[in-house]
Amino acid sequence: MAPRIVQIIASVLIGTFVILPLLAVWRQAEGTNSLGPADWSALRFTILQASLSAVLSCVLAVPLARALSRARFFGRDLIIKLLGAPFILPVIVAILGLIAVFGHNGWINLGLKSLGLGGFSIYGLHGILLAHIFFNLPLATRLILLGWETIPKERLRLSQSLAFTPVSRFCLIEWPMLKTVIPSALVVIFVICLSSFTVALALGGGPKSTTLELAIYQAFRFEFDFEKAAILGLMQMCLSLAAAYLALVFALTDQLGIGLDRNIHFGSLPIWQNIVDGVVIMLALMFLGLPLFLVLVNGLSSIASLPLPIWMAALRSVLIALGATALCLLIALSLLSRSGEVLATLGIAVSPLVLGTGLFLMARPFVNPFEISLAVTLLVNTLMALPFAVRILRPEMIQINANFNRLSLALGMSRLGWVRWVVWPRLRRPLGFAAGLTAALSIGDLGVIALFGDAERATLPLKLYQLMGSYRMEQAAGCASLLLLLSFGFFWIFDMWGRRNA
Amino acid sequence: MKYFTFAAGLLSASMTLAQTPTLIIYAPDYFASEWGPGPSIEAAFEESCSCDLQFKTGDVLSRIILEGANTQADVVIGFNTDVTKKARETGLFVAHGQDNAQLTLPIDWSDDVFLPFNYSHTAFIYNTEKVSNPPSSFDELVNSNTELSLVIQDPRSSISGLALVLWVKAIYGDQAEAVWEKLAPKILTVTKGWSESYGLFSEGEADMVLSYTTSPAYHIMVEGDLSKKAVIFPEGHYFMVELAAKVANTDMPELADAFLGFIMTERFQKLIPEGNWSLPAALPKSQWPRAFQELPLPEKVLFYSEQQAASLRKDTIEEWRRALSK
Repeated sequence: MAPRIVQIIASVLIGTFVILPLLAVWRQAEGTNSLGPADWSALRFTILQASLSAVLSCVLAVPLARALSRARFFGRDLIIKLLGAPFILPVIVAILGLIAVFGHNGWINLGLKSLGLGGFSIYGLHGILLAHIFFNLPLATRLILLGWETIPKERLRLSQSLAFTPVSRFCLIEWPMLKTVIPSALVVIFVICLSSFTVALALGGGPKSTTLELAIYQAFRFEFDFEKAAILGLMQMCLSLAAAYLALVFALTDQLGIGLDRNIHFGSLPIWQNIVDGVVIMLALMFLGLPLFLVLVNGLSSIASLPLPIWMAALRSVLIALGATALCLLIALSLLSRSGEVLATLGIAVSPLVLGTGLFLMARPFVNPFEISLAVTLLVNTLMALPFAVRILRPEMIQINANFNRLSLALGMSRLGWVRWVVWPRLRRPLGFAAGLTAALSIGDLGVIALFGDAERATLPLKLYQLMGSYRMEQAAGCASLLLLLSFGFFWIFDMWGRRNA
Repeated sequence: MKYFTFAAGLLSASMTLAQTPTLIIYAPDYFASEWGPGPSIEAAFEESCSCDLQFKTGDVLSRIILEGANTQADVVIGFNTDVTKKARETGLFVAHGQDNAQLTLPIDWSDDVFLPFNYSHTAFIYNTEKVSNPPSSFDELVNSNTELSLVIQDPRSSISGLALVLWVKAIYGDQAEAVWEKLAPKILTVTKGWSESYGLFSEGEADMVLSYTTSPAYHIMVEGDLSKKAVIFPEGHYFMVELAAKVANTDMPELADAFLGFIMTERFQKLIPEGNWSLPAALPKSQWPRAFQELPLPEKVLFYSEQQAASLRKDTIEEWRRALSK
């Protein structure tokens, strides 16, 4: 949709801010250690856990998205909004929330014990998968739900009047849509999970669960072996790009034709279907909501007593988030193409540690890196959110083009008119979701500020870590609640704006 | 008009600021945050130096190595003995010029580049309300059949985790790997850093957490909570010390020297216990806060020199990894 020159500028920009930092780190080559057997087993484990996490999140998201797409009940919109939340928590907060439910003294184990049943341990590969599904199920559900909303309603009506069985409806109508949406959802989740480290280690239960990101961290902080870090970072990036490329090959475009772009009421569903949908939604809500609820409640009472620096940090985080949101949407809108999707994946394909250090090295000859730490944080947050924004916007844009391009040509519509009357009203809903996600992601991100911040420029997640680091667990809990309220609040506002009149 | 006066005021304030010399100190995040000792140390030093002290936080040594001789830092604070060998080899640091005889450490210290400012020991912390009979020795911890669960830190990503594997090595030598295999079923999980571990322990997820002998002091002094205790083992505890050093290329050599001198003063040392929850490196025990004086501390202190630690590091981590991966 954007002019070619804008696309080129956006592509060059991303390339510069992803590839160059990697090269900058590589040039520091002071390496002595080559990759050992431990690194290769880390690579295998990384691929294993990331693939399983991606597949399970998407498989579970299908029934949930389906239930949400057709069920009509009070609070449905609220639930769909809630579904944005877990994805955007700082990992340490999410871990503590999950432990409160699934841990040794968590609700489930206490329940099992009171029933006289044996305990259950969260630690192991299943614990990692549980956490990754917790983070990514909502995202996958929302992406697939957007796909469901692009199915022309006429097609569903046709299936109704032809009295399709659920199986044939799935095969003929839903599966073709899923085939276009799932591959890209799989890729983003796979790529996010590739760089998982804190979660993988803590819930994996020990060094069996070593990921590449840990090896990068170790090379950086303890071995000062920057070449090795860059090589490992490059491996991570190649994996991500390979996944993104594969997804493009398998993601076929929907060829079943177009609809009239209107809402049709289908009458009520059979009662058994309502029950199944209700159960699916309830289960998902409990799984996703309970840990969040416990985090929120745990710190709610300490929020009011948080000292001024925390509020200043919160303000800083919000401002960064708003900046990142604007920039991210701007770039995303110019990357709504097949190659754009791969390019956008680069943003999360490089380890944040490598990216941050590389940017630091690049900036140093020109400016004092401390002075621009907030700007760099904003930029990195933008890059991080880009793959999601592009994936959220692109399916809708494809539908808009397929549905209205010919009509608008026939009407001789101006470019401005096309944007104002055709694209804008339809793109608004995914745009609101993408904006909400970017803002929330940015508020919750610890990111590069931890690498080269200083006391006067700390963000809210950094403050949370500082509090925990100096034993102040109670205030940290308050800080976590505040963070949750803020990131969810901004997600809510943007998403509301997108869904209004939609 | 009001705004104009305000802006003019700001401008002149920043101009006077520009004339005072600035001392830049690289420090870890926990040190310089509002909840660390940084701010009160800054205020105390600025009273006498007629300078502006600024803490810059982050990964101190990684950053200095990346910056090389062009670094802005005049002084660094917060190094650990596990990285001093690497730091020394960079040649970026010069002698601290202080008299090591002033130190009150439980071990001899003769390093003339890295100056200790506080110390502690590795220890397992437990909650007396949950664990009634903690192990009385490391041997008992390893061999007991009671169901104690531990959270520890990963030696590949955390300083305290590394200290733990060196601790086990110092006690058990060649038997270290076998000891880790016995400990493995008791280890609930391993975390990236200290904060995650301590968070899990605080939530009641594990019985004991790898932390420091000084950790209970926080709970006693701030929360009035006497239930968190360190178990003291007769086999000894691993010594952990934090260090400061002067950057060779500093453009403020006198100020840097003045700061290193300040570290050894009573004023600085008295800010340490309640600021960093550690033991001051140059202050007699009688001058510690009472809660610190009453802390149970190990009689035997284990410590590897930086050379020994560096040569042992790779193998001990590998032993740990093998034993816990089974």
